[in-house]
Amino acid sequence: MAHGPQPGLKRWLYTTNHKDIGTLYLWFSFAMFFLGGCMALIIRAELFEPGLQIVQPEFFNQMTTMHGLIMVFGAVMPAFVGLANWMIPMMIGAPDMALPRMNNWSFWILPFGFAMLASTLFMEGGAPNFGWTFYAPLSTEYAPPSVTFFIFSVHILGASSIMGAINIIATILNMRAPGMTLMKMPLFVWTWLITAYLLIAVMPVLAGVVTMMLMDIHFGTSFFSAAGGGDPVLFQHVFWFFGHPEVYIMILPAFGIISAIIPTFARKPLFGYSSMVYATAAIAFLSLIVWAHHMFTVGMPIAGELFFMYATMLISVPTGVKIFNWVSTMFKGSMTFETPMLFAIAFIILFAIGGFSGLMLAIAPADFQYHDTYFVVAHFHYVLVPGAIFSITAGVYYWLPKWTGNMYNETMGKVHFWMAFVGLNLTFFPMHFVGLAGMPRRIPDYALQFADFNQMASMGAFLFGAAQVVFLFNVVRTVMGGKKASEQVWENPQGLEWTVPSPAPYHTFSTPPILR
Amino acid sequence: MKFSKNTKITVKLLALAASMLVFAIFVMPPLYDAFCEITGLNGKTGGRYVAVPAAIDESRTITVQFVASNNDNMPWKFSPSVRSVDVHPGEAADTVFHAFNPTKKDMIGQAIPSLVPFKAAEFFHKTECFCFNQQVLKAGEEAKLALRFIVDPDIPENVNTITLSYTLFDVTGRISKNIDKNNTESAREG
Repeated sequence: MAHGPQPGLKRWLYTTNHKDIGTLYLWFSFAMFFLGGCMALIIRAELFEPGLQIVQPEFFNQMTTMHGLIMVFGAVMPAFVGLANWMIPMMIGAPDMALPRMNNWSFWILPFGFAMLASTLFMEGGAPNFGWTFYAPLSTEYAPPSVTFFIFSVHILGASSIMGAINIIATILNMRAPGMTLMKMPLFVWTWLITAYLLIAVMPVLAGVVTMMLMDIHFGTSFFSAAGGGDPVLFQHVFWFFGHPEVYIMILPAFGIISAIIPTFARKPLFGYSSMVYATAAIAFLSLIVWAHHMFTVGMPIAGELFFMYATMLISVPTGVKIFNWVSTMFKGSMTFETPMLFAIAFIILFAIGGFSGLMLAIAPADFQYHDTYFVVAHFHYVLVPGAIFSITAGVYYWLPKWTGNMYNETMGKVHFWMAFVGLNLTFFPMHFVGLAGMPRRIPDYALQFADFNQMASMGAFLFGAAQVVFLFNVVRTVMGGKKASEQVWENPQGLEWTVPSPAPYHTFSTPPILR
Repeated sequence: MKFSKNTKITVKLLALAASMLVFAIFVMPPLYDAFCEITGLNGKTGGRYVAVPAAIDESRTITVQFVASNNDNMPWKFSPSVRSVDVHPGEAADTVFHAFNPTKKDMIGQAIPSLVPFKAAEFFHKTECFCFNQQVLKAGEEAKLALRFIVDPDIPENVNTITLSYTLFDVTGRISKNIDKNNTESAREG
């Protein structure tokens, strides 16, 4: 019954163990995070001064496109799937994921998908250069030849995500330990269950939109070509029908992680558990009916503008419920500020800032000024970097002792946090100002008056990049050794994962746990 | 044969994913077109209209302006013969556009109409339009392209001016791509 992993490389190739696959996802995402980060630094280095210094505009466009694609599909999404693989079976008292072989497959097609995407950088005509939103006709009639590779790579990533989502839903619905009712599940499990449904609903739409592009490019159809009776605006509708739920796919699991960390370090149970569940479901539902707020300027009837404006603003209600619950959990708690807690608190504050700029963008008449400026860049980096990246980082610090059996270096963790916190705000806060002043996004050169803020942003970006090197070093050192962690790791944390030894054995809950 | 709980849910979720794919490719585009036609979104005008006898409303005069432009690198000269005409709702009006192919090769063009204000789109009927067909112009050839339209008497009260714009696309490559491809392939084989 109790058998360990296969020796050597075979362990990782053939593994069907949820912990191994979780580890693979997390390391893969870490590698992609650094790759996408290097591209961001090329962008920021070029923007340090007005004029063209380091790269040509064509390459700059490839960098903005690839940075977006790699961060969204390569860094954030696989990291959340990795955390889900590691934690969901342990949180619900299951021995493994429901579909372990599909789990192996959904991971192992990812490296091939990304190898295909990255290989476009070396192709004639260069990598995709039309922005991560790949609006037609930029991505069809005017695209470099490598766009076909981009399309197939998106198909592979989509297939991987759909399989991952099916696996997670099957695990959560079928594999819970006796007594683990739905409303007893940790919020990370809840948020992932809802996210997985969103993934299954919209990843096929992404696959559909790239398939339509493929047919327009190679098979003479005219879905998005006005010359043949199609409409480029249709592309934007289909893309954002996927794209808006996608941003919630990247933030809902983050809400789950934060809802696990705040109670542990505030030493109080989570305030308003059931309202958190309903708020998550409400956000997921609303995310499906607000897509056109990304395209207020395409020319919509006034009724459409108003509907999408009000529906978008409505999202701030369930989001506000969540922020309120986290703050109430901390209120009068016996708080301590270990690294995971620092990242979690920074998440709440900075994500709220990103939420506020989102509300500004939701106002249709005001959006005409902000559209396609750096204000938009500031907004979505404020929700994605402190939102997705900080929550993943917090989750890694929080569960790393459970995974490795060793405590990470707290001082180095705090250094990482403060460098990342200062770097992030220095990078993205000035972007609000240059955006409001009219600096367009996705340009390699800019007017002289934007130079000061851009230099600040570039310096912040390199500080943020350096912080991640500290993170990598800290993680590697913790994996290699360090102070042994106890079973509980933290002071009386809630959840089944803290009842198994540290490091978590290769097989956990082979017999279901008894729930109090 | 009995299926396990996991198989059942996997099949259900795969079916959901497949139906969303079908929805994206086969339902959303026609749905969007239907939506645009009903609302006049993007100024899409309808297809050929069969004129029905209607009273001409002489109390109102609508100015219809014409705009012609070329997409991308389309080299043709393309312009309306008059900048605008005044019509009464219900009255049929005719105008022509000029097209000239100054290049040394035979080409095919396709004009795509768009109309503002959007809310007037469904009240602007074309009984005859060059945009219904592709235009073939030989090298150096020119043509008069006919348009016959009726403004519906039900057009909203506050619409006094309609701007009808045509964008001319070069579709030579799109049409002859497959022929060219066959030619090069057979040439390579030969």
